[in-house]
Amino acid sequence: MRKIHVSKIKETVKKLCLKANFELRKDILCALRAAEKKEKSPRARTILKEIIENAELAKKKRVAICQDTGVVSVFLEIGRDAALTGGNLEKAINSGVAEAYKEGYLRKSVVGDPFLRKNTGTNTPSVINIDVVEGSRVRIAVSPKGFGSENKSRIKMFNPTAPIKEIKKFIIDTAVEAGPSACPPLVLGVGIGGTFDKAAHLAKKALLRPINKPNPNKRIKILEKDILKEINASGMGPMGLGGKTTILGVNMLEYPTHIAGLPVAVNISCHATRSAEAVL
Amino acid sequence: MIKLKLPLSKDAIKSLKAGDEVSLSGTIFTARDAAHQRLSELIKKGKRLPIDLAASCIYYAGPTPARPGMAIGSCGPTTSSRMDAFTPALIDRGLMGMIGKGGRSSDVRNAIKKHGAVYFLATGGVGALLAAKVKSSKVIAYADLGTEAIHRLVVEDFPVIVGIDPKGRDIYDKAKRKKA
Repeated sequence: MRKIHVSKIKETVKKLCLKANFELRKDILCALRAAEKKEKSPRARTILKEIIENAELAKKKRVAICQDTGVVSVFLEIGRDAALTGGNLEKAINSGVAEAYKEGYLRKSVVGDPFLRKNTGTNTPSVINIDVVEGSRVRIAVSPKGFGSENKSRIKMFNPTAPIKEIKKFIIDTAVEAGPSACPPLVLGVGIGGTFDKAAHLAKKALLRPINKPNPNKRIKILEKDILKEINASGMGPMGLGGKTTILGVNMLEYPTHIAGLPVAVNISCHATRSAEAVL
Repeated sequence: MIKLKLPLSKDAIKSLKAGDEVSLSGTIFTARDAAHQRLSELIKKGKRLPIDLAASCIYYAGPTPARPGMAIGSCGPTTSSRMDAFTPALIDRGLMGMIGKGGRSSDVRNAIKKHGAVYFLATGGVGALLAAKVKSSKVIAYADLGTEAIHRLVVEDFPVIVGIDPKGRDIYDKAKRKKA
């Protein structure tokens, strides 16, 4: 067994939260730069330039890319030969998040009871997902996601015999109907299969993958490409004010499912799609 | 680019058209979901509001805390439509301008038209860039709400686009027509 102290996890979560909020992902930034060159509409170009300039400024000044620094989703892949020592893992993760949000001057957006709505003041608890995998390493990814886009996400339980074009339509409609307030150009995380909850989990997890890396399954890769093309053909454009760039990437993840169903979850994300990861 | 001073006057904004680029300088108030809910409760009870709405401009925003030496943290717009249910009552009481992102309900559009008010769009997700246009920030009500408190901001050349003009024309209708 390889021993890893939970304090190491805490420090890593903290570092990743800061990085994700101050430094826009390279894949996203590259896609934005390429889109800016392709746009013909002056307004679309201006907005894309603002977004790129904002990313540069945020990194330089260590100011959050977006004021909605989100609820932090934390994804852990723990190798079965790794032993976590030194205390409570969940506590360690949440103290990493809390320290990052305090020291990084990040917004605390989490309310405790969803009905009483009192701010917890620490941006915790985070949403923690743990998978056990082969090996002795621990992979940690954090994704602070704003709710302007989160609010527009959808899930639908399709019939197993549903034609693929029906599924495509659902995904495309979800993106287009998300509209300007979801901060397009969007990034789409799509979860296909599993159960109701698994599909939603996959949709969120799909957003961690660089948008220039397609799904390894050829059939799904083609689907990702088609959907991207069709959403961009909508003409909605940056901030919904017209243009060719409505979406930067479509990332799908699939999982085996039941004979009676075909769950499809679409997690809408904005142009400030943020995440960072590290391996211990 | 049209330069406008705040507080806004009906005369100064009456010729604005949906799609115009405007830069705003002067005082604005931040208020989002929780503050709107409280303001609305006070209005229902006929009580005095903590801010004077006459000719005022509300920015739907919840900034990140300011680093030492800075006026404010990241501060871009939030989704305006969540405030739609509360907005007509505020416009009735003098609210002249709103800044946010995304479309509004027909009730809001009608209230804007009736009173000759205006709804501006700011680019979403560029809070670091917009923060540079904020010269000072002070919490003036509902401090217990944290980021959702009402802040008084002094802004200089804050860049916006007219989303719904005083005649009720909506930039998103235009965008949709173009597509069709």
